[in-house]
Amino acid sequence: MSYEFIPLLPFAAFLILGLFGHWIKDRAHLVAVPAVIVSFILSVITFIEVAGGRHTTIPLYTWATSGELSIELSLYVDRLTAVMLLLVTIVSSLVHVYTIGYMRGDRGYARFFAYIALFTFSMLMLVMADNFLQLFIFWEAVGLCSYLLIGHWYERPSACSAATKAFIVNRIGDFGFLLGLLLIYLTFGSLEYRQVFVQAPDLAQETFNLLRPFGGQWEVSTLTLICLLLFMGAMGKSAQVPLHVWLPDAMEGPTPISALIHAATMVTAGVFLVARMAPLYSLSPAAMDVVAITGAATMVLGATIALTQFDIKRIVAWSTVSQLGYMMMACGLGAYAAGIYHLLTHGAFKALLFLGCGSVIIALHHEQDMRRMGGLKDKMPVTHWTFVVGSLALAGFPLTAGFFSKDQILVSAWSAGSLGKLLASLGLATALLTAFYSFRLVFVTFWGDSRVDPRHVGHVHEPSRTMTGPLLILAVLSIAAGYLGIPGFLEPAFPASGSEGPHDSPTAFGIMALATLMGLVGIAVAYFLYVKSPSLPDRLARQWQQLYHLSYNKWYVDEVYDRAVVRPTFQLADRLWNGVDVAVIDGAVNGVARTIAWGGSLMRLIQSGQTQHYALGMTVGAVLILTMYLLM
Amino acid sequence: MSDIIIHSSGFPWLTAVVFLPLAGAVLLFFVKDAAVRWTALAVALADLALSLPLAFLYDRSATGMQFAERVSWIVSPPINYAVGVDGISLPLLLLTTFLTPLCVLVSWRAIETRLREFMATMLVMATAMLGVFVALDFILFYVFWEAMLIPMYLLIGVWGGPNRLYAAVKFFLYTLAGSVLLFIAILVLFFQGGHTFDILLLSKAEYSQSLQNWLFWAFFIAFAVKVPMFPFHTWLPDAHVEAPTAGSVFLASVLLKMGAYGFLRFTLPMLPDATVAFTPIMVGLSLIAILYGAYMALAQADLKKLIAYSSVSHMGFVTLGIFALNAQGIEGALMQMINHGITTGALFLCVGIIYERTHSRMIADNFGLANPMPRYATCLVIFTLSSLGLPGTNSFVGEFLILIGTFLWNKVAATVASLGVILAAAYLLWMVQRVAFGPPAGHSASRLFDLDWREMAILMPLIILVFWIGFFPNPLLTVMHTSVDQLIEEEDLEDRAAARKEMVDGQWIMVYGEDKPQEGYPGSLLTINHEPSAISHDDASSI
Repeated sequence: MSYEFIPLLPFAAFLILGLFGHWIKDRAHLVAVPAVIVSFILSVITFIEVAGGRHTTIPLYTWATSGELSIELSLYVDRLTAVMLLLVTIVSSLVHVYTIGYMRGDRGYARFFAYIALFTFSMLMLVMADNFLQLFIFWEAVGLCSYLLIGHWYERPSACSAATKAFIVNRIGDFGFLLGLLLIYLTFGSLEYRQVFVQAPDLAQETFNLLRPFGGQWEVSTLTLICLLLFMGAMGKSAQVPLHVWLPDAMEGPTPISALIHAATMVTAGVFLVARMAPLYSLSPAAMDVVAITGAATMVLGATIALTQFDIKRIVAWSTVSQLGYMMMACGLGAYAAGIYHLLTHGAFKALLFLGCGSVIIALHHEQDMRRMGGLKDKMPVTHWTFVVGSLALAGFPLTAGFFSKDQILVSAWSAGSLGKLLASLGLATALLTAFYSFRLVFVTFWGDSRVDPRHVGHVHEPSRTMTGPLLILAVLSIAAGYLGIPGFLEPAFPASGSEGPHDSPTAFGIMALATLMGLVGIAVAYFLYVKSPSLPDRLARQWQQLYHLSYNKWYVDEVYDRAVVRPTFQLADRLWNGVDVAVIDGAVNGVARTIAWGGSLMRLIQSGQTQHYALGMTVGAVLILTMYLLM
Repeated sequence: MSDIIIHSSGFPWLTAVVFLPLAGAVLLFFVKDAAVRWTALAVALADLALSLPLAFLYDRSATGMQFAERVSWIVSPPINYAVGVDGISLPLLLLTTFLTPLCVLVSWRAIETRLREFMATMLVMATAMLGVFVALDFILFYVFWEAMLIPMYLLIGVWGGPNRLYAAVKFFLYTLAGSVLLFIAILVLFFQGGHTFDILLLSKAEYSQSLQNWLFWAFFIAFAVKVPMFPFHTWLPDAHVEAPTAGSVFLASVLLKMGAYGFLRFTLPMLPDATVAFTPIMVGLSLIAILYGAYMALAQADLKKLIAYSSVSHMGFVTLGIFALNAQGIEGALMQMINHGITTGALFLCVGIIYERTHSRMIADNFGLANPMPRYATCLVIFTLSSLGLPGTNSFVGEFLILIGTFLWNKVAATVASLGVILAAAYLLWMVQRVAFGPPAGHSASRLFDLDWREMAILMPLIILVFWIGFFPNPLLTVMHTSVDQLIEEEDLEDRAAARKEMVDGQWIMVYGEDKPQEGYPGSLLTINHEPSAISHDDASSI
């Protein structure tokens, strides 16, 4: 089959909507939805073909040549790509359908569809890349779509700031990515995956003196350096600590976007990157450790912040940060298949949760604060029950997809040495927090007494079928994805790491039991606090005020960045401009001009126009010349 | 001229392309008032049409100059009218003919006084700029080089903003001061290079190291002012702010390329040893320009100043690429020159369009434009993204190649330059956030009408180029390959650079190599430490 059509169809939809959206307007979905659905069907066919053991490269065209450098764009499809194609196209299709209902009547209806089609195209090209430059191009392209979509409601200053922030934070990560890419080219003489992966084992011993320009000596493995630089890019895209700050703010975008881009697909690009580069990472234990520890830190941080937020979308967003941490930790411990497996199941249940939030938000006329919700479960049964399924999967409740994938991460982590055991324990603890905050969300939003604005309470109802349909399908997937044999399908795509311990050993069962217990305890605590005695949470918050504020204010990371980076940058710019450019450099230029003018005005004094003065000058000159003659 | 390859063709293409605008300028004085605009546009379009066949007739595999013409002009000293193009000058020539009609169009309503003279000045300007790119005789080159100053001076001084006289005089004197040294260098070359002004012959001749060093600094002052390199850049914001839109476009898109073109056409081929010796200083100044320009842009409240300083930053990438002295660096620099011409030209056009409506260039007076002017906002966002080097747009290609070329030569320099990419995102997105987005400004909606057909006709070709070059840069790159390879091979630039690197290994700027780790840098630092003092000395005396 020709794989070109998988990305080309959404691209065609983007072009049509981008150029003629002005005329198409409210019929935009008629262009975008079929394109993405056909793309999905083709991805299913691809998945089946790849399962038969095929992997293919389709050359497209030569992008650029210069000196020795030659970059060909092509499409590469293997098992990892096939799984990602499936995830991207299915979530994208469902989000496209959901958008019909969610964005109805929006001024930017056609524009919105154009952007999500462009996003789908870029993401598909990203996962199908067969060289680092192509990866980078579409890596930036999905970042652009995210920027445009966060800022979709551009008249809101908060949305614009969030968009700019997302782009710049990602740029900081991509600075590392770009340097990694340059170092790869210098080291391997090529930017093609295969060339690089084939040569990598031979270069595993090569080192690089980081302090060379300063006369010192600090040898680091070149491969480790490459891996860490690439990981900087992954940290930006996948919102890993300390570059996680943009993702929660990205919730300013319309909810379908939060589901598609900021939960299910784009933010997983960083995890995908690490998995795709498994042949490089596997050769660098140091880089692996950094990835694992960063992932674990993100996992814990995200979960602790999610505990106390009130904006329902932001709770889900912080949960995404935390879950991305799980995936990254798994990859760092060599359990790539487990990481990608969780990426896939998370894609399903997190898209479900976001779209569920979207239904609530629409029903309550764009209310996002859960303190003004409650008691919605009878008025919105479909949303409620699908939301519960999603939350169960997130909490790792037995027999849901999230249970299997999270369990696999924890079991693999446990078998990955002492660091693995430590991180697995953190993972277990986080599982408790996860279950707690996800059911806090369920109970406060859907259960209990209604705290909804009385003006809206009368017309709270289930949204249209284009919105509930995707919810139901995603709910089914949030369970079914656990039974598709994905880990076995992925296993051959990665280098054997040794950390994939046997999953039927007593230890594995012990971890499974413990994880289940953690989940149940979390849910029980949430039930107790928010259904049984709803006054208790406030009392606890007062009692543990400092901890509460730390969590509620997101560990003050934004404030630290503002003081340490943003403001000093602007101050430096201002000082350089007024203090150096205007005062010194331009001052010198104007100073020279003034000096010349002043010199000229001095000379003008000589030109007095009086004959006596000239005669005097001539006499003095003649005397001087004569004197010199006589003396010499 | 045994081994200099010149391909001539029957029709004097280049003479026609260069002088057609001049003829048009004369013609303008014989047409009716009502026909002035259309005549100017027709002339500019005719020139574009005349130059387009060059792109197709140009033989990408042939080395040397093509479409060459040579007529004796003055017998003694031997000065010829000699013109020709290669892969370095052809893209710049096409950029110029492409932008001229756009500049005429953008002045359609903006210029209210002395329209006839304005259009004539622009066409004269076009001739002078085109002449610079095709001249193969040094005196001819110098004539065009200096001729450019006059129409530009008039564009700023007659049709400029409130402080136009200061800006015009500053521009004129500053660039003239630089050119004087260039003229002296030309005379020295004439006497040392075999009594000829033929640029190709002079490039073949060998000069002693000490002579090269002197000539290098003479060239440097002339070209660095034009680029402009740090710290010779302060005339640029003033000139841009006061110039009419078309003047800003010519200035940013073409005039700034003259300096970089000078480095490529003269400094590298004629003074290879000096080039290699002074590379660290050039790279250092380029890096300062990249970061410093970006910081300056961050501090600006005036849109034109912001874009002017972003030009300083972007042109820093160009000089960085040139002095990487390898194929990727130089081709990247050429790409960046073309792309900067397209993108920054487009940004100035965008500012001009909004100035016509609100009569202010201040960011604070122009905000929330996306609501009343969606088409305008779309164009502005596209050009902004291009300017910050987003992959898939034109600018990424040049920046990427420059970074590759630089990285192959020196990792620290490439790393520092990459920081400029982050800063570019910061100042440009912040600008767009304020100008395009946010709640709509309190302007009367009637003034903020969206782009009309004429304005769309100006911006659409540029948008097409932004994406065309972004996705398919290879056709443009292949035009450059042969000439750039020839430049590098004939002058053994890479070998010389490598030899030099070996010699002064351990110098602060050199970073990576397979050879022995250094003991520390003090001894070797001395070898280059002479030069920074030499620059500061030169620059004080040149102003």
